[in-house]
Amino acid sequence: MTETGSRRRCLVRGTLSLLVTAAAYEALARSGYFAPALLPTLPTIAHTLFAGLADGSLIEHAAFTLYRVMFGFALSVVVGLPLGILMARFQSVENFLLPLVSAMMPIPSFALVPLFMLWFGIGNLTTILIVFYAATFPMIFNTWSGVRSVNPIWLRAAGAMGADERKLFWKVIIPGASPFIITGMRQAFLRAWIAVVGAEMIAASDWGLGWVIFDAKEFLNTDTMLASLIVIGIIGFVFERFVFGSLERTTVMRWGMVRAAKG
Amino acid sequence: MQDAVTAITADHAPGRSHGGERLRLIWRNIFPFVVVGAIWEIIAWSGIFPRRLFPTLEDVAASFVNLTITGILPHHAIDTLIRLLSGFALAAIVGVTVGVLMGRSRRAEDILLPLVSIGAPIPGLAYAPLFLLWFGLGNLSSVLLVGFVSAFPIIFNSWTGVKAVKEIWVRSAQAMGADDRRLFRHVVFPGALPYILTGLRLGLAQAWRILVAVEMLAAVPWGLGWLIFGARKFLNTDTMMAGIVVIALIGLALEKFVFQKIEDYTVVRWGMISS
Repeated sequence: MTETGSRRRCLVRGTLSLLVTAAAYEALARSGYFAPALLPTLPTIAHTLFAGLADGSLIEHAAFTLYRVMFGFALSVVVGLPLGILMARFQSVENFLLPLVSAMMPIPSFALVPLFMLWFGIGNLTTILIVFYAATFPMIFNTWSGVRSVNPIWLRAAGAMGADERKLFWKVIIPGASPFIITGMRQAFLRAWIAVVGAEMIAASDWGLGWVIFDAKEFLNTDTMLASLIVIGIIGFVFERFVFGSLERTTVMRWGMVRAAKG
Repeated sequence: MQDAVTAITADHAPGRSHGGERLRLIWRNIFPFVVVGAIWEIIAWSGIFPRRLFPTLEDVAASFVNLTITGILPHHAIDTLIRLLSGFALAAIVGVTVGVLMGRSRRAEDILLPLVSIGAPIPGLAYAPLFLLWFGLGNLSSVLLVGFVSAFPIIFNSWTGVKAVKEIWVRSAQAMGADDRRLFRHVVFPGALPYILTGLRLGLAQAWRILVAVEMLAAVPWGLGWLIFGARKFLNTDTMMAGIVVIALIGLALEKFVFQKIEDYTVVRWGMISS
């Protein structure tokens, strides 16, 4: 009972704080102290948001951004996962790739945007490659450390029970490393999501939420900027909470791996 | 992220005993770069791509040395570092204060948590044009943006850290007559410090990743991001590569000398991270 009571109080206070912040913002926007073009009122932002959703332009921008981020992310999983596994299983692969990966990892992906623009032009290819670059390293690293951290007793037990290489790989190593792999995917997506917005701004393609925000700046359309920001926030939140949350529930938690990983 | 560096240093450690072994280990770490460099050179010399777009390593090295001697590259690098540090200092002060406040006071937590959780999932760079409109082009917006973005991981980790301080420690300190200030200084703060340091590390990494892009967008007069972005207009691919090399070196240095040190410090002092 006290639990529900405190939860309700928490909810009430949370809503209250959001309302107060919104009211303060509204008061500031209406005070006329700042130019309305720079600080649009909340109804204006809501109006722009719904207008954009209704005529489909905001949805189309979001679709382009999602296409780029998913393409780059999928590519990074396809490349990063096998590389991470190979690095963990074979010493020679690790010896060769680890120095390269460690040297490239600290380069922020945005530093490569101008170079990629020269090489691949502006538009989809550059953006997808930047997303790929940003997302691959967390993928490789988490897979690598996940496979390395598989309990050796499990490997030996499976070997003693007569599992061959293939069975060992699919039944022991992959499930054992899965908590790390899913964490890697999570981090990779987070990086990809940041990268796609930045790359769209700098590499100025025609569509995409990042480009909308940047383009709106030229025309002082602060309401459009804030509306796109809201869409970006919602998409990021949905992916983090629902997509990866449910992925975790259906795999790692069902296999009872999470406690092993966190313990 | 730091695992790689740890692994490399760990690889080096056993080789210290005798020279031949050590040389072999060094060679093993250099070998991949030699291979990649050779492939790069072959492609650059083959003429598949125009030389302007795909400079040879000699060109890159020459412009690197040239820009360093004339003092242009150091100037850019120093400005970038100053921006990084001031943004990060801002984030550290605000982030730790807010995080600790949220961890200690129920009221502050209820009020601030919804705001922080709404702000956190939006990629920091998406705020950049907004900040540029509000605070103008240049230093102020880039420092504020870097600070704003890197504050989130610091807030979250300080908050978690303060909440993770064992209730028994707090109660026993209170039973022994510690007042609020002493409780904070001798129990809560040291107890939360490993988390706070992790938050600072994440915040600094985030700040570094975002700063380069911010410099490109905010048209600051000096800075590595601006150097790379400006070089694109004149097809100075070799200058761009030199800039990227400096960025990589600073990133590596941050990882090796800052993050690694912070982690070692926590590991040694508190034994919080095993292995």
